[in-house]
Amino acid sequence: MNTIILYSLILLFLPLAAFAINILVGKRLPRKGDWVSLSAILISFSFALSMFAYMLFIRYDPDFSVEWRWLWIDLGDFVIELGILVDNLTIMMLLVVTLVSSLIHIYSISYMKDDPRYNRYFAYLSLFSFSMLIIVLSNNLFGLYIGWELVGISSYLLIGFWFEKDSASDAGKKAFITNRVGDFGFFIGVLLFFTAVGSFNYGDIIAGVDAGAMSDGLFTAAGIALFMGAVGKSAQVPLHIWLPDAMEGPTPVSALIHAATMVAAGVYMVGRIYPLFSPGALLFIAYVGAITAFVTATIAVVRKDIKRVLAYSTVSQLGFMILALGVGGYVSGLWHLTTHAFFKALLFLGAGSVIHAAHTNDMFRMGGFKKKMPVTFWTFLIATLAISGVPGFSGFFSKDAILASALEFSFAHPGHIMLFILPLIAAGLTAFYMFRALFLTFYGEPQDKEIYSHIHESPGSMTIPMVILATITILITFDQWRGFEYLPLVGEYAGWFQHLIHEPAAIFTGAAAMAESVVGHGASEETAHTIAMWLSIFVAGVGILLAYLFYLKKSLSAEKVSKSLSSIYTLLRNKYYFDEFYGATVIRGVLGLSKASAKFDDTVIDGAVNGTATITIWLSKASRWFDDHIVDGAVNGTATVTTFFGTRLRRLQTGTVENYVSFLVVGILVFFIFQAIF
Amino acid sequence: MITVGLYHFLVVSALLFSFGLYAVMTRRNAIGVLLGVELILNSANLNFVAFARYGIFSMDGQLFALFVIILAAAEAAIALAIVLNIFNNFRSINVDEADSLRY
Repeated sequence: MNTIILYSLILLFLPLAAFAINILVGKRLPRKGDWVSLSAILISFSFALSMFAYMLFIRYDPDFSVEWRWLWIDLGDFVIELGILVDNLTIMMLLVVTLVSSLIHIYSISYMKDDPRYNRYFAYLSLFSFSMLIIVLSNNLFGLYIGWELVGISSYLLIGFWFEKDSASDAGKKAFITNRVGDFGFFIGVLLFFTAVGSFNYGDIIAGVDAGAMSDGLFTAAGIALFMGAVGKSAQVPLHIWLPDAMEGPTPVSALIHAATMVAAGVYMVGRIYPLFSPGALLFIAYVGAITAFVTATIAVVRKDIKRVLAYSTVSQLGFMILALGVGGYVSGLWHLTTHAFFKALLFLGAGSVIHAAHTNDMFRMGGFKKKMPVTFWTFLIATLAISGVPGFSGFFSKDAILASALEFSFAHPGHIMLFILPLIAAGLTAFYMFRALFLTFYGEPQDKEIYSHIHESPGSMTIPMVILATITILITFDQWRGFEYLPLVGEYAGWFQHLIHEPAAIFTGAAAMAESVVGHGASEETAHTIAMWLSIFVAGVGILLAYLFYLKKSLSAEKVSKSLSSIYTLLRNKYYFDEFYGATVIRGVLGLSKASAKFDDTVIDGAVNGTATITIWLSKASRWFDDHIVDGAVNGTATVTTFFGTRLRRLQTGTVENYVSFLVVGILVFFIFQAIF
Repeated sequence: MITVGLYHFLVVSALLFSFGLYAVMTRRNAIGVLLGVELILNSANLNFVAFARYGIFSMDGQLFALFVIILAAAEAAIALAIVLNIFNNFRSINVDEADSLRY
C-alpha cells in the first residue's frame, strides 16, 4: 500500500480509537482520559504535517493525487466502494483540521476543567475529528455522506453538551433538524448521481457525466440538490439559523466545529466535486453565497453577545467562500477557507478566554480588558485585523481574491453586478462589526467594575494555542508579501497555495466557456484585481473608521443612529425575522400536521380498530348464543331423548332368565301371528 | 287300523317342544332349565327324522339329527360348567337369583 494512503488510514482511525477508549473507560483513566484524545489527534497531526511537508517541499506538484479504492459491498451488479483520495486539497484540509483540532484539545484541557462530563467531552471531540477526516479523505459520495452525518451527530452532541440548560439542548435539536433539511437534498443529489452513473466514486461520476449519463437539466438539478447539503452544513441562507444558536456549546467547540472545520465542510465538498456543478448550479451557488454574506453581516452589526457576533461573522465568511466557488474563483474560495479556519478559530478562542474570565457574553458589560488580558488582546487584535481585511494580513489576501473573482465575473456578466456589490458591502460591515467587538471588549472604560476587578489572563494551555494560531494567521500568507520571492531558500514558494490548488477541469463545454470568460482575459483579471483590492481596502478602512468613531471616540452616537433608523434596527435586531418566519410557517405547519395526524389517529384509526373490536364482540356474542342454544341444545337434546328412553327401557333388563325367555317366546309368537295375518 | 304318518310325529314333537319350553320358562333350578333345553333339542331331532322319512329330504334330516345330538352333548358339558360357576358365585343354582346384570 502507498505510504500516503497508509498515513491517511492511521491518522483517520486514531481519533476513532480514542473515541472508543474514552467513551467506554475514559472515566477510570488517569486525568479522565484527556491524554488519549490529545495524543491521538497530535499523532494524526504529525502525520498530516509530514504529508504537508512532503507535498510542499518534495513533490510541489499541482497534479499530485493518490487514490485507494476498497471494495466494500459486492452484490453482482450492485457495488459500493469506499476509498481514500489524497491530493493537494486533501492534504491542505487535513492539516487545517488536525492542527486546529489539536490546538482546541489543548485549549479545552483548561477550559473544560472541572466539568462533570470531562471524559465524554474529549470522546466527542475525537468522534468529531474522525468524522471530519472521513469527509476530507473520502473518494466517493457515499463515504462523504457517512462523514457528513457523523459530523452532524457529533455537532449535535457537542452543542447540547450542557444539556441541563434548555437553551443548549434546544440549540442542539435545532442544529440537527435544520441540517436534516439540507442533508435530505444532499442525499437526493447523491442518489441522482448514483442512479445515473452507477458509482459513488468522484472520478467515475465525473467521467460518467462527461460521457453523457445525465441530461443538462437533471445535471443542474442534481448539482443544486448536492449543494443543499452545503447550505445546511455551512449555514447558508436560508438554513443559517442553527449556527448562531450553536454557540450554546462550549466555546472551544464553537471554535473547532462551528467556525473552523465542520461548517467549512460544505465549502470543501463543493470544492471537492466542483466539476459536478453545471453553470446554472454555480450561478445559484454564487447568489446564495452573496446573499448570505450580506444578510448575516448586517445582522452581526447589532449583536450584543460576543459569540453571536462571531457566529454571524462565520456565516458571512462562509458566504464569501460559497460565492467565490460559485463565480469560478475556485482557488480564492478554498484559500479563504484555509485562512479563515485559523483566524476564526483564534477569534473564538479569544472570545472563550474573555468569557472564561468575565463569565458573561455581553460585550456591553466588558471594556478595558486590554490591560488585564494582554495575550488575549494581542492575538484577538491580529485575528480582527485579518478578518477585517487590513492589508498584509491573511484575510486581506484571500478576501481580496474573492472580491476580484466576483468582479471579474461581473465584468463578464454585467447583469450579475450584485454578486460583487453585496460582498463588497459585507466586507465593509465585517471590518465595522469586528472592530466594534474589539473596541467594546478591550478598549475604553470598564463598563462593569465588578467584572473588571476579577478578570485575569487565562492559563498557558489556553494562551499557547492562541499564540500559535496568531502566528499561523500571519505566516500563512507571508508568501504574498511584496519581495518575498527574493528571499533566499523560501522565495520559490511565493504563491504556493495558488500553485498547488487549482481548479479541476470542468465537464461541460458551457462551464468551460464560462470559466474561460472569467479567467481567460489576462487584462481584465489584472484590472479586476487592482480595482477589487483598492475597493476592499477602502471599505475596510471606512468600516474601521466608523467603528472607531462610534465606539471609541464616541463622536457619533450609536443610540441616535439606531433611533433614526429604528425600523432597520428592529429588523436587524430580530435577525430579519427568520426564526419567527420558520416558527409561523414550518414549525406551526409541522405542529398542525402532527395535531391533525394525532386526531386522525385518535378518531379514524382508533375508531376503526375499536369498531372492529366492537363488531367482533357482537359477532362473538351471536356465535356464543348459537353455540349455547342451537349446538348445545342439539347435543343436550340427543342426550335427553336417550336418557328418556334409556330410563324406561332399562326396566326390561330384569336379570331374570325366565323373563328373557318369555320375551323371546312372545316375540316369536308375534312374528308368527304377523306372518299368518299378512 | 290307524297308520302312523307325519302328522303324528309332528304332534308328538310339538308336545315335546311345549314341555321343554314350559320347563325352560318355569323351572328355577338351572339343571331343570337344561333338561327343558334337551327336550326342545330332541323335539327338533324328531322333526328332522320325521321329515327325512316322509319328506323329500332323503337322509339329510338324519344327518342333522346326529349333529344336533353331538352339539347337545357339547352344550350340556359347557352348560354344566356354567352352572358350577354360578353355584360358586351365588351359592345357589336358582336362575332367578343370578340377576346381578339387571338394571
